[in-house]
Amino acid sequence: MYAVRHIALNVFKESVRDRVLYSLVAFAALLIGGSFLIGQLTAGSDMKIIKDLGLAAIATFGLLIAVFIGIGLVWKEVERRSIYGLLSKPVRRHEFIVGKYAGLALTLLVNVAMMTAAFYLVLAFMDTQFPENVRAIWPAPAVDPGMLRAIALIVVELLLVTALALFFSTFSSPFLSAGLTVGLWVIGHFNADLRNFEAVVDSRTAASFARALYYVLPNFAAFDIKTQVVHALPVPASYLITTTAYGLVYVALLLTGAVVIFGRRDFK
Amino acid sequence: MDAIRTEALTKHYRVGFWRPRPYVALDALTIDVRQGEVFGFLGPNGAGKTTTLKLLMQLIYPTSGRAEILGRPVGDVKVRRRIGYLPENPYFYDHLTAEELLAYFASLFGYAGAERRRRVASFLDEVGIGAERRLQLRKFSKGMLQRVGIAQAIVNDPEVLFFDEPMSGLDPLGRREIRQLILRLRDRGCTVFFSSHVLSDAETLCSRVAILAGGRLVASGHLSTLLAFQVQGWELVMTGLMDAALERAKKVGQVVRATPLGPQRYALELPTTVAPDRVLSDLTAAGAQLVSLTPVRETLEDYFVRQVAEAPRDRGLEVSRSHVRR
Repeated sequence: MYAVRHIALNVFKESVRDRVLYSLVAFAALLIGGSFLIGQLTAGSDMKIIKDLGLAAIATFGLLIAVFIGIGLVWKEVERRSIYGLLSKPVRRHEFIVGKYAGLALTLLVNVAMMTAAFYLVLAFMDTQFPENVRAIWPAPAVDPGMLRAIALIVVELLLVTALALFFSTFSSPFLSAGLTVGLWVIGHFNADLRNFEAVVDSRTAASFARALYYVLPNFAAFDIKTQVVHALPVPASYLITTTAYGLVYVALLLTGAVVIFGRRDFK
Repeated sequence: MDAIRTEALTKHYRVGFWRPRPYVALDALTIDVRQGEVFGFLGPNGAGKTTTLKLLMQLIYPTSGRAEILGRPVGDVKVRRRIGYLPENPYFYDHLTAEELLAYFASLFGYAGAERRRRVASFLDEVGIGAERRLQLRKFSKGMLQRVGIAQAIVNDPEVLFFDEPMSGLDPLGRREIRQLILRLRDRGCTVFFSSHVLSDAETLCSRVAILAGGRLVASGHLSTLLAFQVQGWELVMTGLMDAALERAKKVGQVVRATPLGPQRYALELPTTVAPDRVLSDLTAAGAQLVSLTPVRETLEDYFVRQVAEAPRDRGLEVSRSHVRR
């Protein structure tokens, strides 16, 4: 088990040294700059827009990190042959895959935690900029702990994106892995269209195929509850639990697939 | 129990995209390496040395045959606790310092705290890069990376060490240090299996060698055995040798060549067909005195070149034709 831990820590260390956390500076600049700009342009609804912007920025920055580090996780080790030294140590191939995944998941968690902290700081500051009568018409307070539910599902979504990127990186080039991961992420956000495909086509075969895809492809739209939390609409705990479970089962399946493929590979 | 044992170890690759055909990277390799010996695994580029090492590290899987290290299958993680491996042209994580890399690898063996620190410091010193321990690996030269590679291979005090071209990238001083290190490791009881095409290293270090060519084992055994039967002649150094006696010896075919070393002092090359004691007695009877008598043996390089030249070169074309017909 310590092999997984040390491989994960090495991935985290590499991410930090490769200045991945610099993305936090870009995030903070975007959030603070955007918030002030919005404050100048709108009245009353600006808090909702700032929340939307903040949550979308957390999801986007997380996605970029998950995809662009995830696709190189295995490929880089094989291409640069650093895997030769590693796999000659008491490390099983599945430990390597799980360790790599855990390392990137840790990087993402730290990143999202810091972005969340920065987000709440900006919200707390903005809260002081509005008079009481404006704050009274907001559907939720500025510093609303309810937004953590949306952030929790963003984290699950990012864990799934990471697993996808890692899965593809066990057998394809970074370019192809990035294309496949981003492609599936986009399709996954329009998954409802696949379910209702029969409404727009006459072919039963095409509709059945689209429905099959709906069930097989990851449903990323399910993780997006940003609108609900920003508008303080109810999000049942059961929804959070089932969606998280769905995401984690999908992650487990992808990691199993990655382990099977990686376990059979020859490193020529 | 042998340190390493392979039985008919074979690896085929499929080459070509549209009409894939097999390429025999390694063909039925059977060798055994005893514990505590330095074993040279020799062959020209593309002979199958690195393929064998990768099979032993289970970086690739065999098409057929089997391999064991310390009596266990090569895939066994327990075996990997007891071995070390230096890949050819090693590359390591360049965001780490030498010290961090070694600490990382030591952690994978379960070492922690003071023991890990002690090992890291001691092995970096042993390979001569203790002063650069806090330098990131991206700033290391090829020779320094090779030393780091050797340090990571020995960080767990392995019982069996696999070195793939350990002298690669090292300057003459570095090569000598690594040769001395290998001998120190042997003296500690470590088995060293090293692949090389630098024959002088093998000649200096190895008790036994295997020679590979075209994916096939073409010779193996004790260096002394392989070369002893290949005596090509004798070199006799005599002093006080008069010209008349020398001419007489040449005339009767006892001496092939005479190289003057000083006044009446010659190095004489004798053919293998003549018994050297007979020539010696004839020349001493003529007043000359013996300085030295040395058998002129084939060097490992001569032997290697001959074995490799005689090796079959087919790497699967015949197989591929029959495969296509099927």
